[in-house]
Amino acid sequence: MAMNQSRSKTEIKGGAHSPRQHDSAHKHVTGSADYIDDMPEPAGTLHGYLGLTDRAHARIVSLDLDAVRQAPGVVVVLTGADVPGVNDISPTGRNDEPVLATREVLFHGQPVFAVIAQTRDAARRAARLAVIEYEDLPHITDVREATAAAYPFVTDPLKLERGDIEGGLAAAPLRLKGEMRIGGQDHFYLEGHIALAIPGEDDEVTVWSSTQHPSEVQHMVAHALGTVSNAVTVHIRRMGGGFGGKETQSNQFAAIAAIAAKKLNRAVKIRPDRDDDMIITGKRHDFVVDYDVGYDESGKIHAVDAAFAARCGFSSDLSGPVTDRALFHADNCYFYQDVRLVSKPMMTNTVSNTAFRGFGGPQGMLGGERIIEEVAYALDRDPLEIRRANFYGGSGRDVTPYHQTVEDNVIGQIVDELEASSDYQARRAEIIAFNQDSPVIRRGIALTPVKFGISFTATWYNQAGALVHVYQDGSIHLNHGGTEMGQGLNTKVAQVLADEFQVDLDTIRITATTTGKVPNTSATAASSGTDLNGMAAANAAEQIKARLVAFASEKYSVPPEQVVFEPNHVRVGNELMAFGDFIKQAYLARIQLSAAGFYKTPGIHWNRETGKGRPFYYFAYGAAVSEVSVDTLTGEYQVDRVDVLHDAGRSLNPALDIGQIEGAFIQGMGWLTTEELWWDDKGRLRTHAPSTYKIPLASDRPRIFNVRLAEWSENREPTIRRSKAVGEPPFMLPISVLEALGMATASIADYRISPQLDAPATPERVLMAVERLKAMAADAPPPAAD
Amino acid sequence: MAQSQRSSIRFLLNDQTVELSGFAPDLTLLDWLRLDRRLTGTKEGCAEGDCGACTVLVGRVDNGVLVYETVNACIRFVGSLDATHVVTIEHLNRPDGELSAVQQAMVDLHGSQCGFCTPGIVASLHALWLSEPQPSEADIERQLQGNLCRCTGYEPIVKAAKAAAATLPDADNDRLVARYDQTFETLAGLADGVRVTIESDRGTTYLPADLDDLAHLYEAHPDATIVAGATDVGLWVTKHLHDISPVIHISHLDALKEIMIEKEGVTLGAGVSYTAARAALVSTFPQVEELWDRIGGEQVRNMGTVGGNIANGSPIGDTPPPLIALGATVTLRKGDSRRTVRLESFFIDYGKQDRQSGEFVESIAVPSLEEDDFFAVYKISKRRDEDISALCGAFHVRLDGEGLVASARIAFGGMAGTPKRAAATEALIVGQPWSWQTVEAARAAMAEDYQPLTDWRASADYRMVSAQNLLIRFFLESCGAPVRITRHREAAEA
Repeated sequence: MAMNQSRSKTEIKGGAHSPRQHDSAHKHVTGSADYIDDMPEPAGTLHGYLGLTDRAHARIVSLDLDAVRQAPGVVVVLTGADVPGVNDISPTGRNDEPVLATREVLFHGQPVFAVIAQTRDAARRAARLAVIEYEDLPHITDVREATAAAYPFVTDPLKLERGDIEGGLAAAPLRLKGEMRIGGQDHFYLEGHIALAIPGEDDEVTVWSSTQHPSEVQHMVAHALGTVSNAVTVHIRRMGGGFGGKETQSNQFAAIAAIAAKKLNRAVKIRPDRDDDMIITGKRHDFVVDYDVGYDESGKIHAVDAAFAARCGFSSDLSGPVTDRALFHADNCYFYQDVRLVSKPMMTNTVSNTAFRGFGGPQGMLGGERIIEEVAYALDRDPLEIRRANFYGGSGRDVTPYHQTVEDNVIGQIVDELEASSDYQARRAEIIAFNQDSPVIRRGIALTPVKFGISFTATWYNQAGALVHVYQDGSIHLNHGGTEMGQGLNTKVAQVLADEFQVDLDTIRITATTTGKVPNTSATAASSGTDLNGMAAANAAEQIKARLVAFASEKYSVPPEQVVFEPNHVRVGNELMAFGDFIKQAYLARIQLSAAGFYKTPGIHWNRETGKGRPFYYFAYGAAVSEVSVDTLTGEYQVDRVDVLHDAGRSLNPALDIGQIEGAFIQGMGWLTTEELWWDDKGRLRTHAPSTYKIPLASDRPRIFNVRLAEWSENREPTIRRSKAVGEPPFMLPISVLEALGMATASIADYRISPQLDAPATPERVLMAVERLKAMAADAPPPAAD
Repeated sequence: MAQSQRSSIRFLLNDQTVELSGFAPDLTLLDWLRLDRRLTGTKEGCAEGDCGACTVLVGRVDNGVLVYETVNACIRFVGSLDATHVVTIEHLNRPDGELSAVQQAMVDLHGSQCGFCTPGIVASLHALWLSEPQPSEADIERQLQGNLCRCTGYEPIVKAAKAAAATLPDADNDRLVARYDQTFETLAGLADGVRVTIESDRGTTYLPADLDDLAHLYEAHPDATIVAGATDVGLWVTKHLHDISPVIHISHLDALKEIMIEKEGVTLGAGVSYTAARAALVSTFPQVEELWDRIGGEQVRNMGTVGGNIANGSPIGDTPPPLIALGATVTLRKGDSRRTVRLESFFIDYGKQDRQSGEFVESIAVPSLEEDDFFAVYKISKRRDEDISALCGAFHVRLDGEGLVASARIAFGGMAGTPKRAAATEALIVGQPWSWQTVEAARAAMAEDYQPLTDWRASADYRMVSAQNLLIRFFLESCGAPVRITRHREAAEA
């Protein structure tokens, strides 16, 4: 007993707030973590490959697939006509996204048919043999051209409005207008899309899909098969990266694999080549932002009128909520007295753009930060001063354009701390002095803040389920509706469960996500994974614990409060029992040791018609200081140093959260620097592989990279252990890199002209901005008074 | 014709000896590992040698030493593996089954998130760990140029590489070290110097016995595809599904890997890899060091060859501009006859080289610089490392005793259909004083020399403006002016 008591005083291993390793780390480094393509294939598995159109917009006159059918190894060729249910996988129910295009193709690379063959190689070779006759139609890939040609919106636009925009603009002492182009981004998850469908009895089918949204894959497969959801089971143990690219984009591969599997009664696997994956699947939306801003000499912004036009591609997909979220973040941390923000979700003849970490928020925020930058250069001030002058806070200055009051604002504290810890002011002065004496190499520095709203704006998505079993030996089985794509969700939820039961983390077995265990799940997206699923798992644990407490209280005749879960033990009155022994007793007493947990986020509501509500449960904050060097002869640059201070609330796992911040920063930096999507005049995406599409490398990361969590932060809302979501918010921290590049560029004209550096700021775009500023500075010599 | 022949290849896979025959000439190592051997730890991320998820180690005996190098299994043909030791992630843990130093550091420092790139990264870091006891940050970054990670931002991976270096490889903690001598003997025994011919229903693979055998084999089969490093040919297969049969592998031919460093210059056999050429070239031409480390990633440099970079005639190859500016020549061989041409005249037009049917590149000779020559090469790309040049410019200026330019050789890649000299620009420099006025006047002439294209790597405007500016950079650098961004962390912190 004495030994037991001393043991019980030690803490459990791997509880909440501890910096535990990713649960699969050991398997990752030994190559033993299985992804779908690594799983043993069922006997007789066939392989699918998609046939893509080579036209950006055309009517299909004839489709000759004889050569494809006759190619070696081919079993069957599927077209849209072979879809037994509805030839549609649009996640919004708009019926605008066929599984396989039939009469008309709407973007270069749209899948038209699928070959199913004995091997992947045979299917791939055969897919090149189709003879398709087209009648070409006009195509448009650019947002501006789409607007000019009166292309339709793919979904209803949104307007956010507060105050009197016309009056506010007219009354402001100073005014500026501008345009910003913001590029898209490919997800470049290292594991491409894949689906393995295994036919079952009757109309049943099991699909292994690399997806962030198994429930939607389930619904879409059922929809395309013409059956009901209970016939379809979708599994996913882990993805090799997702980033939003597997929220809806998995549907197509899963649906085709399932259709073929049911038709042939054979297992069918589909895995596109990297190039095809990048051509077929949607990306981050490109935007063109038009802004009209009223402000005053102090730098205070009075009125903002801005339009956010997005390249949505040929269908709606998630473009509605993505462009909505752009508007929700155009204010970032700033109060606009009078404001009007509108979205323009433009149809284009390009792949249908989709979710990507930040979900439109980064593009909206970047537009907002461009406005700050423009005001700062117009007033010849440090942009940081303009930021501070406009932060939310103070009476009457805490309501967003969507009429939600900002109640948890910590941006002032974060920025103050970071400004001091990064030595921002001294470094900025030193850089300005350096630039005066450096003809070729120029440097820049910028501090930018982030405020990011947490919750799905589709309010019903803010629910989650979990299934927890405690077995007779005290080992615990954890299942929840979230999916693991590398973010460590499973680890965090298991930590929560370990904490609830007060058992070591290795007592808990994490299992593959499946629609058969937890139904009606939401996408693992919007940074919500841990917030939602952690709470659902905790809820399941509470139910089981309540039964255990009642059981022990009765059996040992002690009050319920004397049944206490201590590290790997349960104390009942004065008696301390090993957890496993206690559970065995409960089992023998016929206590139910399994529970389905549930959670829904409280207190949120959103009326899209009125543009008013409280769409976000809370905000996550952060800020970064970035310093860069630019070669003004070539536009080449380097990120010299980055300091980050980020608010993860009371972090559930500081190590994983730091990993999310560092990873998001580098990914966001790639979006704003070297990652460029380039379409040619035929509407072909020409940057569709790592040879042509350049995500950051180890050598691109900042030469000095300091990342800290705001240790003092605690979510004011009762989230899981008072933590905050961390997946997306830090993605916007590298806006500071773009602005620092802008400052280095602006040094060419003595910081008197706004650099207006668009994204991505490739070396080319930087050099062209340098050349533009050189020319403008030559045309407009400095005023004599200076 | 070789005296005896084989119809199978023999190599080591982890701890097993493998003998293979009858395989297709385009069978890649990655497909064979994953589909045939079910060694699924090695992943396919891009199938074009860019992402590194398929990185494995290949050991071979080179000049009497067993060396292990990282390669991209996705574009490495199985036919090239004769007498090598292929090591996959499944074989990189310790002999006692525990995690290796690299693996343990990756776990401890949170170096994996989604885990898909991780086996390739572990393989790359393992090779570094074996070869470099105290890697600098620059060494680690260079080793990881060919490994993409989309989750971590690399910070914990670089930290893990440093932490792993605290443990030195030995026979207790590393399977390769433990069996080094046996492996060496096995591989030496497998390299029996006979011609290997592999027939399959998808075509033929040849491994010539020696250089003469290659010459005669290629003369007899001028339609064959010569494969050195496969860093280009590999993509003809994985991306374009081309039929490359018959294939003649040359990566095993020691005679093509000779490097001669003499007072007059450096001569490289056509089969010398970028990695193998680095020391010789950098010692003679230190100005190429930065460019050299920015060609592909480490895996590509280990496989790819200078000879291949020249022979395929790409207008955006990284080695032709500096080699042309240095006045390099290339020796071509057909059967028993050889001829030597200036490298710049080897490139006739886009896709057309001065190479006869059955003729192959045998060696490249690069003359030394004179003491007061100014020479530099600059690569411009969207991303600093592991990117294809938007443009690559090389400048070589020699002054006479009077401070006038005696000769100028300027060559660019990415500015025309071939790697090409800037004749008009050179003409405005030669005979002039080496001065700001001269380069200012000369740079406009680049518009006469080049009419570059707009594509996804760069616009025509950017190519032209930055090409002109590189001449300015070259001039400033020749004057000792600071024109380069300070690079590495160690430097930044110092």
